[in-house]
Amino acid sequence: MSRFIAVFLICLPVLLGLSAGSEADAQTNVPPQTSTVDSNPAVSKLDDILRRQEGLKTADDVIRANETGDPDAAMPTTDQLGTLGGASDADLWRAFRFGKADITTQARVPAATTLIQDGGMWWLDFRRGPLQTIAIYLLGGTLLALALFYLIRGRIRIEGEKTGRTLLRFQAFERFGHWMLASSFVLLGVTGLISLFGRTVLIPAFGHEAFSSVAIVCKWVHNNVSWAFMIALIFVFIIWVVHNIPDRTDLRWLAKGGGLIGGGHPPAKKFNAGQKLIFWAVILLGGSISLFGLSLLFPFEFNLFGHTFSWLNGLGAPGWFGFADLPYPLAPQEEMQYAQLWHALISLILTAIIFAHIYLGSIGMEGAFDAMGKGEVEEQWAREHHSIWAEEVAGPKPAARKEP
Amino acid sequence: MKAFLTAVVAMVVIAAGAYQILEVINVSTAKAGTSSENVRLSD
Repeated sequence: MSRFIAVFLICLPVLLGLSAGSEADAQTNVPPQTSTVDSNPAVSKLDDILRRQEGLKTADDVIRANETGDPDAAMPTTDQLGTLGGASDADLWRAFRFGKADITTQARVPAATTLIQDGGMWWLDFRRGPLQTIAIYLLGGTLLALALFYLIRGRIRIEGEKTGRTLLRFQAFERFGHWMLASSFVLLGVTGLISLFGRTVLIPAFGHEAFSSVAIVCKWVHNNVSWAFMIALIFVFIIWVVHNIPDRTDLRWLAKGGGLIGGGHPPAKKFNAGQKLIFWAVILLGGSISLFGLSLLFPFEFNLFGHTFSWLNGLGAPGWFGFADLPYPLAPQEEMQYAQLWHALISLILTAIIFAHIYLGSIGMEGAFDAMGKGEVEEQWAREHHSIWAEEVAGPKPAARKEP
Repeated sequence: MKAFLTAVVAMVVIAAGAYQILEVINVSTAKAGTSSENVRLSD
């Protein structure tokens, strides 16, 4: 035995030396320009990475899907340098991406079941691209059209001789409701646009730190002022819905384009057809904005798109227009993404409509602002623009008449 | 003008009130997706 040990000790340095020598030879024999990247199919090439960043399929997906580590090959956790598993962070995230990881979480919110959502990229791209383009063209185009209209048509004047008498058009509580709806809408619109254009316009202009403070304030205002908007929306609906039910008078008013076609002033009640259109646009679009805003305020609590898509698919509605079925079921994040886009798009449409309303209620028409400013309007203005209503008010209700 | 100012005051009161109520009942948009409380990292 002792002889064997002696032989071993003598041979050991020789064996180690030969081994080291052969490794050194091997290292010196490897050409420096040789890369091992191409020989390993599990390692992504630059092209693959760039394609993935563009959201495109890559040739190495199948190989990468299996490169999720091997827990069986891991060192036991009790050993020195033992690991907690046989997968690296990259292996773990790759397993998540390809749905091969056994995921458990203590979080109990619906979104916790989705750690990686590739489908969210189209939303991000749409939000920072086409949505902003739509906003610019829609709002900018509306302002331009109104400016052109003003240049061509000029201010709509009171044609007849002013009487100097006024009629009570809106009572204090009506004006209160209107102004609460209007002021909250303006605040929500401004803060919404700041949020939408923050990354592309405001951060490059003012920097991250300045925009951070603005964004925090905007978020608070947008989230909390929304309640005032919703309350005011319900309030104006209750007080004005009776006066905004469409009737035959509206058809005559629309046929004459509100007086723009053929001149003159078509008869109208308290609200003419144009105002009724504004009213219902505000109620329906504002209601939709509120509904989807609530779904964003309370994330994942109530999902509106998945059920709607399922219902539309059941009807075969997408097929009527040559489209494939709408996606269903939706991930919780997708619900929020659709809700955000809908909320933003409808808000932009309503904002464009409100631009026209503000124009006609201020510089576009003489005497119109008094209705909401003072609550009382020049009798001649009322007889020209709301002849039926003026007759009702000035005739059988002399108490509503006020001498200057 | 009075109606407008009253409306603005009401809007501010409603906004501040809504914030306070949501705080009291512990409802928060941010809390729906994140938590910094009692996170257990391992069994």
